[in-house]
Amino acid sequence: MEKHNQRMAYGQALLELGAENPRIVALEADLGKSTMSSLFQNAYPHRYFEMGIAEANMISTAAGLAASGKIAFCSTFAVFASGRAYDQIRQTVAIGKLNVKICGSSSGLSDFGDGSTHQAVEDVALMTAIPNMTVFTPADADEAALAVRAAAAVEGPVYIRVVRNDVPDYTKGEFVPGKLSMLRPGTDVALIAHGVMIEAAMNASDLLEKKGISAAVVNASTMKPFDAQGIVALAGKVKAIVTAEDHSRIGGLAAHTALALRQSTTPMDYVAIEDQFGQSAHNAQDLLNHYGLTAEAIADKAMALLAR
Amino acid sequence: MHSTNEIKLLAWKIRRDIVQMIGCKGQTGHLGGSCSSAEIVAALYGRQMRLRPDDPQWDGRDKFIYSKGHAAIAQYAAMAEVGYFPREELWRVKELGSMLQGHPDRLRTPGIDAGTGSLGQGLSIAVGMALAMRLDGHDDNKVYCVMGDGEMAEGQIWEAAMAAVNFKLDNLVGIVDRNRLQATGFVEERFNTNPLAEKWAGFGWAVLEIDGHDVDAILAAFEQAAQTKGVPTVIIANTVKGKGICFAENQAAFHNGLLSREQYDSALAELDADIAGLCQG
Repeated sequence: MEKHNQRMAYGQALLELGAENPRIVALEADLGKSTMSSLFQNAYPHRYFEMGIAEANMISTAAGLAASGKIAFCSTFAVFASGRAYDQIRQTVAIGKLNVKICGSSSGLSDFGDGSTHQAVEDVALMTAIPNMTVFTPADADEAALAVRAAAAVEGPVYIRVVRNDVPDYTKGEFVPGKLSMLRPGTDVALIAHGVMIEAAMNASDLLEKKGISAAVVNASTMKPFDAQGIVALAGKVKAIVTAEDHSRIGGLAAHTALALRQSTTPMDYVAIEDQFGQSAHNAQDLLNHYGLTAEAIADKAMALLAR
Repeated sequence: MHSTNEIKLLAWKIRRDIVQMIGCKGQTGHLGGSCSSAEIVAALYGRQMRLRPDDPQWDGRDKFIYSKGHAAIAQYAAMAEVGYFPREELWRVKELGSMLQGHPDRLRTPGIDAGTGSLGQGLSIAVGMALAMRLDGHDDNKVYCVMGDGEMAEGQIWEAAMAAVNFKLDNLVGIVDRNRLQATGFVEERFNTNPLAEKWAGFGWAVLEIDGHDVDAILAAFEQAAQTKGVPTVIIANTVKGKGICFAENQAAFHNGLLSREQYDSALAELDADIAGLCQG
């Protein structure tokens, strides 16, 4: 399966939007060569603002631009976007329902070498907890690009979660905000994932198939508004549900799915990071393995539920 | 509204409305920091800013950001006076469902361009607005951002101060309502943010220091800011917290306090005596 990079997709989509819409502006906090907002800078320098290593100021400045009619895209690492600038996002951007679009780059454990300080394992929890926010968690590069376009069309703030490493092209050129999408049909169990964990869920589905179990793979690329109705409908068609995310089990996909299933008889389990921080490693896969975010773990949870 | 005396009269009305908005029915209110800003807010809404209160979203408007958003009642009083909304709304401030919140809220109040409340963020918002004005070619417009001297402890103020100089935002005017008090006491004693003029100058801003209750000085400072090119201007406005209400002047207790019936009556009586003098003058 061919792989592409979500950060590059962000940069290219932003560049295209910049050509189409003069209201688009971009702000960066000295990570433009990593987040790929540098592509926009090169094409539209007068609409690009290097804000220095000052993420809080970047978000509030974006709020001022948005309050003046601009659509302001801000990018930095997910951990700084969601953490360091949380108050600025909450107070002015979200309460004011302003058109600030935040790209949380190198999210989850994908900034493997930099360790716990740079690994956002709670950004979905933080961002989905804020009223007025929309949260996209695209599965691959194509979907990341579509999510950037969708974000520009949303009236209000959006957080887009992007990973550092290349990810396989699983989606099919369509992104409907607020809806789950079926990547692979199946009848026994549904594996629901987002971002890098789509690949693990696909591989888990392969493993289960070898054991005669039909496992659907479902892409939860909008974490807010969360498609609770879609989850309930899915639960009516399968015997078990397993979620998979490169994020804390608190406040992410597992938590949102469990809430959606609170009146369902379909059992669910999760694969997620337990209540702990990440750490450094030489590659992202070592971290995913260490924290149990693997195809094997997903398949085991599915089989355990089906055996009950 | 143009003459200096009319702006003084507006400041007086703002103070009277502040007292009446807080009232004496057991609701606290930010009396001190609102009264210290009265002349600054009156000069901005009464004369300095290009506004169309009947068209709050008018493209050619100047922008006002009250970074010390807890003093919103001073802004609400000025906005009602110039016609953004009926004065009756003032008496519903902080009531459930009111258009006038405890801190400025752009979605509820026509004429509020961006919300503030978490201190230290307003100047950054103003930087964004000044950048947008430049992009849109609104070269005759200005953004005015009023901050507190206690608020100068917030690090983001200085991030924004650097950004404004980096972007050469001469369409941005910062005003520090330097009333020398924060919630728990004198700034100098609690957490000293002084010396302010030197700090702002060190960050590359044009610095003016004035008596923040002297309307002529405020207007002259705005004029000087308009003539300053290439750098943003900050006006350090030395003020008195609780100005105009003698029992509240320089008292931290009236940062966000209650008024007793006696205090309420005495504040209004004192203001009414002042207006008699102002009208004679």
